[in-house]
Amino acid sequence: MLRWILGGREGQSSVEKSPVLCIGEEQPKNCFTELQVLKGHFDIVRFLVQIDDFRCASAGDDGLVLVWNVETGERLQELRGHSQQITAITTFTCSNGLMSHTSLITASSDRSLSLWDPDTGNRVQTISDLQSSVKCLLVLERLCVWFSGGEELCVWDRDFQLQCHRQNHSDTGITALIELPKNCIAAAMDKEIMIYRLTVSTDSTLSVAEMRCLSDHQDQIRALINVNDGLFASGSHAGELIIWDAIDWNILAYEHILWEESQTCAQAEIRLAAPKPSEMSIQHLTTNGKLILAAVGSGLYVYSILTKTVVAYRKVAHDSNVLHTMLLSDSELMSCSEDGSVRMWEIQELPLTAEPASPGFFGMWTFGRPNKQTGPPTKKVVDVPNIRTLELTGDLIGHSGAVQMFASFKENGLVTCSTDHLLILWKNGARQSCLRSLALFQKLEENGGL
Amino acid sequence: MIGSPDVVAFTKEDEFGQNNPDPWSIPEEFSIPLHPLADSNPWAKTSYAKFTKDFILISEFSEQVGPQPLLTIPDDPKVCGTFDLNYFSLRIMSVDYQASFVGHPPGSGYPRLSFVEDSRVVLGDSKEGAFAYIHHLTLYDLEARGFVRPFCMAYVSADERKIMLQFQELSLRFSQASECLKAGNRRAFAKELQRKLQDLEYTHSVLQREEGLQREAGPQCMYSAHAVEKANELANVEKSIYEHRDLLRQISCYHCRPRRDPHAVTCQNYTDKGRKREDVQSPTDDGGGGKGAEEDEDEGIKRRSSYTPQLIKARSAKCFDKRLKTLQELCDEPFYEATMELLKETERSFRGDLCYLHTRRMDKALRRRQRITNFLFEEDLGDEDEDEGGMLRPFCAVNHDLDNYTILNPPPIVLGPEPVELDPLEPPDPLDPASETSHTQESELVLEEGNLDSSPSDQTLETQESSEETKGSFSSDKSGTGLAEKQQSLASVRSELPDPDSDLTPDADHNTDLERESSSEDMDITAGEDEGDNGGDQTPVSLLEVVSELEASMEDDCERRSGIESDLLVPIDTACCMAQEGFLYEASAPEAASHLDQSSHHQSSQTLVVNQEPQSLLPLQNDYAVGSLCSESPAAGLELPVGLLGDAVSRTTAEDGSDCTMSASTGSDRAASPLGYGGVVTLRQRKRAGHVALRFVRQYPFAIQALWCLLSGRTLVVLGADEGRVRRLVAALALFVPGPGKCGERVQAWLSCPFTLTDLKRWKLIGLQRVASPVGSSMLYSLSRYSRYISILDADQKTLRCPPYRGQLLANIADHRTYIRRGSTYFLHVQSTLCRLAAKAFLFTFTHHLHLPVSSTEGPEVVEGRRRCFLQEQLGLGEEDSQILLYLSQLVTQQYLQPPAGNSAVAPCFSFNYTTSVLYKI
Repeated sequence: MLRWILGGREGQSSVEKSPVLCIGEEQPKNCFTELQVLKGHFDIVRFLVQIDDFRCASAGDDGLVLVWNVETGERLQELRGHSQQITAITTFTCSNGLMSHTSLITASSDRSLSLWDPDTGNRVQTISDLQSSVKCLLVLERLCVWFSGGEELCVWDRDFQLQCHRQNHSDTGITALIELPKNCIAAAMDKEIMIYRLTVSTDSTLSVAEMRCLSDHQDQIRALINVNDGLFASGSHAGELIIWDAIDWNILAYEHILWEESQTCAQAEIRLAAPKPSEMSIQHLTTNGKLILAAVGSGLYVYSILTKTVVAYRKVAHDSNVLHTMLLSDSELMSCSEDGSVRMWEIQELPLTAEPASPGFFGMWTFGRPNKQTGPPTKKVVDVPNIRTLELTGDLIGHSGAVQMFASFKENGLVTCSTDHLLILWKNGARQSCLRSLALFQKLEENGGL
Repeated sequence: MIGSPDVVAFTKEDEFGQNNPDPWSIPEEFSIPLHPLADSNPWAKTSYAKFTKDFILISEFSEQVGPQPLLTIPDDPKVCGTFDLNYFSLRIMSVDYQASFVGHPPGSGYPRLSFVEDSRVVLGDSKEGAFAYIHHLTLYDLEARGFVRPFCMAYVSADERKIMLQFQELSLRFSQASECLKAGNRRAFAKELQRKLQDLEYTHSVLQREEGLQREAGPQCMYSAHAVEKANELANVEKSIYEHRDLLRQISCYHCRPRRDPHAVTCQNYTDKGRKREDVQSPTDDGGGGKGAEEDEDEGIKRRSSYTPQLIKARSAKCFDKRLKTLQELCDEPFYEATMELLKETERSFRGDLCYLHTRRMDKALRRRQRITNFLFEEDLGDEDEDEGGMLRPFCAVNHDLDNYTILNPPPIVLGPEPVELDPLEPPDPLDPASETSHTQESELVLEEGNLDSSPSDQTLETQESSEETKGSFSSDKSGTGLAEKQQSLASVRSELPDPDSDLTPDADHNTDLERESSSEDMDITAGEDEGDNGGDQTPVSLLEVVSELEASMEDDCERRSGIESDLLVPIDTACCMAQEGFLYEASAPEAASHLDQSSHHQSSQTLVVNQEPQSLLPLQNDYAVGSLCSESPAAGLELPVGLLGDAVSRTTAEDGSDCTMSASTGSDRAASPLGYGGVVTLRQRKRAGHVALRFVRQYPFAIQALWCLLSGRTLVVLGADEGRVRRLVAALALFVPGPGKCGERVQAWLSCPFTLTDLKRWKLIGLQRVASPVGSSMLYSLSRYSRYISILDADQKTLRCPPYRGQLLANIADHRTYIRRGSTYFLHVQSTLCRLAAKAFLFTFTHHLHLPVSSTEGPEVVEGRRRCFLQEQLGLGEEDSQILLYLSQLVTQQYLQPPAGNSAVAPCFSFNYTTSVLYKI
């Protein structure tokens, strides 16, 4: 592309070598035509949490939590207190009648937990000298309690009082926590999903009981999400995607995404070796209740709950591992990757054009309820032409390192955070210009003319 | 001894005819006189003067050697050439119409100081081809005959019209300088007097002791010749002490007298500041009668223990065998320097011929009206220029917009509450009726004269004095000109008074008449105040202490100042405060202060990130100057003179000839701008940039695309291996960068490291080094990565990669078959085109219905459609040309919305759009 600059002497950059499609510079559907660079972190920024409609908090390896105004790009607060990297952050909304107040809970590698008030920047509560560092947090707002997961599972109330805790038998510890109906929670530990039930006894003490251990995954569980009231999903390092019933914790669907290269000899020159595990690892799962979007290696898969099939996919959506994804609507999605770009996709009904579809890309089995249906599970996807495509509609290039995460604020814009210590606030230029005009005429009126 | 000097009368049309200006006519400053020099061909009148350019000459009428030239500004022998300065000094000193009265007036026992008003004369020497505006002034010298030394400052030019048309302004400027010089002289004189008094008192005490010894020795010695002589000597010394005390009192009550000369109400701030401060600082003066004053004086003497008195011999040396003090010795050091600074600035601002001055002024007047869009393409109208302009306007013969100005600046008469100023200064002494009479006398005089003019001029004095402690400064021209502005608005008030006597018309004869009058009045008043005045004696003492007190009580000062501010309701702008701090520093140690300036500059450049050129961080310093007044204002205040000097500085750098040395060669941030953008760029530099730009346009067929990129806000990267070439190209293209910033901070002339998104956001034009090394490859990677945000001009391979542009808007400035051959012409051509663009952008930005819905039923599409319609139909712009306007409009909006403090909490926005680029080749 820019070979003429290189003077013909330099080798081509990695961008040009990869077979990934390039949308080019003409992106009519990309509305992010304005950006603001938000500086403040000194190390990798890993987490973004939306506080309310216009505020978001960012946290990273420098132990800092910064609160930003997304509308203006202003840094509102700087929450200092952690001495090591932040490992988990979540919002904690306490509503007492009319008022609801959102706080931030952070966990850090310095084995401490803190509660912050993002309005004042005060550290309201803090617990240090935990036995181990916390890897994930879960807030049950209706009970006003929250869980911290690490090597042990702890339950805390809003005043940071430990209610109960449970030691784990696994050495990896809890990596993800989700809430299930009937006061249950699911915790991902290595290859297993543990179901706990929280019981409130009469004297309002809490206790946690282990209910079930689901060990159907072949490899480490990387992602665990709630799909809707009745379903939750988990994805593993080996590319297994399992949909579970949230009530009785049975497998509803099992999909194993793997590459069968032997059948695609035409592409052998590109990929001769067997797929590396990382290429089929499910990095991230996201859902809107109807679709599940899985980030598999550097590819994207859209799985429909309804039909229990993959409806669209892009095997190589990024140059490198996809780190975070989001379903903006039923047809639009967004992903960010280690290659430093954010890409926006659209699920289109067109026949496949960019990539020739090979039916053997993934094996698929659909399980019914195991106790009822024990017949041969193999039911191949027959209607391959029905598969829709993921079309790239735009990309955002700005970060010079991996984009760790992004948070969308609807029309207010999009915030991305990256290993290059920066946050970028992407905005709709036309809308911003309109807002500025409004401000201009307001100021004009205030000043009483020029 | 000399032939009758052809003193030229300066006349001005009376202003009665201007009562009903045609409302539809263009303001005068916008109209060009149709036949400004109808009778004269500018080329026919070759000057036969022996000097090459205008200069300022300071001469003295020495009581020992007669008229002699002292110094010229600029201080360069080349300037005067073969022009005979001695002869010319003789000429100009011979037209001294100052009515100086020296010696003992009849009926008074002590010698009188005459407070002489300056006189202004225009003189032409047709034989020499020299014309001069001459400003005579008198300085005091204790050792001189009658205690006075006549001096004159002359602006010498070969062009008579220039002098005549600029008379008002010259008069104003020279009055300022003269006031400054005289104020310094009064201080020095008072200081000298006090030393002399100490000497005398010491001598007196010694003599008394001797006499006492003699008396003890016995009666036989008492009547010896020696004793008689001693007694006479003692009596002489006593008389001398009284005389000197009286002189000291006279000099210190200089300010109490009313001034008749309307031109003289300038620069009072330079000294009166000290007085005022002293008033505030020593409230004990209030109760002091004559006795109290003496006590105070004694106290003052005690406090000033640094000076050891010397015994004075009875017969001092005759006046002809002693060395007379030089001008520098006659004046207090900081005041002298300030005067020289004022004169130098005067000389600078009058450079060029009349036509040039006129055009420049018109240009400035026009530009002042478009403050909102000025930042886009115009060079920075620094505050200095602004104030200068404000000062020049009403006095400039070609610029009569007094009326406009009066509306803008309501006359600050309300601001000068008389009691505040006068009461602490001269408390009416109930014991002493004389003071009452002196007051009444004063007012009677005013009434007698029936001159409406005098009361506003008095008013001016008071206004100024009341605002002195806030505004007064001699180190920075800012406050000085601020004052001048104020005073000028007063002047305009005066000029509006229907009084024929209101003396704005600088009729030389009339002037001198007035001055004679005033000086005689002065005498009357001083006589009247003789006994009554009591507050004056201690003034010089504290005058001496002002400086040290200034240093000591800086914060104190601020508080007090703010208090006074609120009391007096003086509208103080930040510039004044800055100037104030500047004064404090300057007064204490000018060199240290300049040091400080440099070091602060140093510091700011030390905070630089590596791999960046210093100028990229310069806005930082700028922010300091504007933003945090309290901490940084010393530096900020001191930067102003730098700005003034900038012209000279950048001139020297321009003469160095290479663009690269610029940033290193000066300490001034403005001069350090990579392209000499901003107020300090000289025509020569601009011509040079224009020349390179012209060459670029003629050489590259895709120049129009490059210019479009710059104007539509797409960052242009100039890639090249040769630093000089890239820098030159960048400097040329920087002419087209909209809103380049005060010192060109949106332009990076030479970058040799990979750039990031933040850099792209900050810089709109980047010169990038092409290197064949690992660094180079990463740089090229960044180029390709951010290629969607940038356009790349390859200076080596002569290619341009940018979105296609097919518009017509820029065709006339980027026509490679242009007939323009000269860089300066091209530069002006470009300026006019860009100016038109800026005007369009202004119109577009501030047209309400193009951005916001008119009614609530309208959706954004309607507004969008209307906007497009406006751009296409009414302005006739295509898609790409519209982008230019949209970008300019965005800049205008941002600039307008920017908080004045310029806080940097909010990161600036970076806008772009997604379009494909194409590669243009030659």
